[in-house]
Amino acid sequence: MTAARRFLAGGWLPAYAFLYVVFLYLPVIFLPIFSINTAATPKFPLTGFTLHWYEDLPRTPALLDAAWNSLIVGVSAAILSTVLGILAARSITRYRYPGRRAINGLIMAPLVLPEVIVAISMLLVMLQLGLSLSLFTVVLGHVLVCIPYSMTVLTSGFEGFDRSLEEASADLGESAFGTFRRVTLPMVAPAIISSLLVCFTISLDEFIIAFFLTGTDATLPIYIWGQLRFAAKLPGVLALGTLLLVASFLLMTIAEILRRRAARRTQNEGGLYA
Amino acid sequence: MTATAEGSPPLRMTRARRNALLQSEPVQGLALISPTLVYALILLVLPILVVIAHSFWTQHYLTIDRSFTLENYRIALTEPIYRDLLWRSLYISLTVSLLTVLLAYPIAYFISFHGGRHKSLWLFLITIPFWTSYLLRVMSWKVILGYNGVLNSGLMGLGIIDEPSTALLYNSSAVIITLTHAWAAFAILPIFVSLEKVDRTLVEAAKDLGDGPLRSFLRVTLPLSAPGVISAALIVMIPTVGDYVTPKLVGGKDGVMIANAIQAQFGKASNWPLGAALSVTTMVIVTLMAGATVLIIRALQRLAR
Repeated sequence: MTAARRFLAGGWLPAYAFLYVVFLYLPVIFLPIFSINTAATPKFPLTGFTLHWYEDLPRTPALLDAAWNSLIVGVSAAILSTVLGILAARSITRYRYPGRRAINGLIMAPLVLPEVIVAISMLLVMLQLGLSLSLFTVVLGHVLVCIPYSMTVLTSGFEGFDRSLEEASADLGESAFGTFRRVTLPMVAPAIISSLLVCFTISLDEFIIAFFLTGTDATLPIYIWGQLRFAAKLPGVLALGTLLLVASFLLMTIAEILRRRAARRTQNEGGLYA
Repeated sequence: MTATAEGSPPLRMTRARRNALLQSEPVQGLALISPTLVYALILLVLPILVVIAHSFWTQHYLTIDRSFTLENYRIALTEPIYRDLLWRSLYISLTVSLLTVLLAYPIAYFISFHGGRHKSLWLFLITIPFWTSYLLRVMSWKVILGYNGVLNSGLMGLGIIDEPSTALLYNSSAVIITLTHAWAAFAILPIFVSLEKVDRTLVEAAKDLGDGPLRSFLRVTLPLSAPGVISAALIVMIPTVGDYVTPKLVGGKDGVMIANAIQAQFGKASNWPLGAALSVTTMVIVTLMAGATVLIIRALQRLAR
């Protein structure tokens, strides 16, 4: 009876939470494990430790090209989507006007639409407009899917932002631009950097849109996709995948720390003056 | 002289009015959001309209015939191959959203009610695997479930099975497992947010009035968190119906989904109008399914109270 009561009261939850986290992490952890294994096929028992698969990576010109392309696309997409995200997030958090929620919904829509449909519809328009497919069209597509994430990060940084600080600055004679540069920007800078990192990470890992919208240039996920056909290339792909995992993990951790700092900063300031 | 004297007051007034208009909240707000809005209109709304238009046209080799026809929809809805793919995609996305919500709810509940000071750490821990490449996560399932994979070699090493099982990979179950794992975090977050909004005094009141933990959960907490359950179900259901990578990598012949057929129409088969009609059909049906899900969850919520 007491055991049943404890079960109903949620006594099983910590154990379940632990198992769930294991379920989330376990599949991902196999990539690094087999990337340092000597055998060419990923199976147990492990055969021995090697860094051979990693040493081969810098000697593959196609891979280096793909990495360079990913870097260009990621940086451009991050900057563009963060700029568009700043404008939209600022407008949504600062002003009230009719249609605000509908516009917000439209901008956030790529988050919940099937990516294939977003990708093929963009492909159709670009072909109709006579745009030749290149890294540029990939950037255009990535910006569209990055804006919702950028908006989410930035609105959490802009919300709770005390408007009286800006008014005080304007009253004291600062121009609109001066107020933005000297009051608004320092408060929201962590959120902006966080948005840049999040967008770069998404673009770095994004496959479907790049797959449909690129011409002959491959980004890293497309390169990996091409290698998956060859069983013998698998360990190299696992090594490259591990490096990408580590990069995503680091970038997102930094972004999260910055986002929290931004939220704390605006809220503390608000609390001080409220 | 007189003309200017008479003309200037209204002129000044219109200018003042125009300035007032320019400084009004709606205009400033709309002006600020317009670049982002225009971007979404050109790269999202316009393309979707173009797809809808294409779905009513036909293609002869490389030229598009723009006379109106419903032929593509007839093919999309009646040809056995597309009908089967559509059904399978809907079945998979429904199963995946049900599974993710069922698996995610206890976690969201645990973090919200028992997370204590470590709530944000828990959330971070759970979301971090999902910022890694989707392609790589699918690939790791291929490594796990494969013929020579982790699970098979592990089970053989432990002496549980004698020879590798082929039942693990290349079927719709493999697709369901992979997608359930891939979308877990997206289900946890909305449920967590709605659980955070549940008024804790209501739960206590139910207990004070004699409800046990299970009854107070079923009658208070669960109905109040229904909005989170709804958005979690939708946020998983709509994108998964059009998933391309998972069926391609782990689905094999029996796990092919509608997105693979859509891609083929824009690639090898090169029949854009049919591909467009398949996309529109998928979107319409998944929207209907999403609407039905919302209605069912709302009805259950009313029943519980």
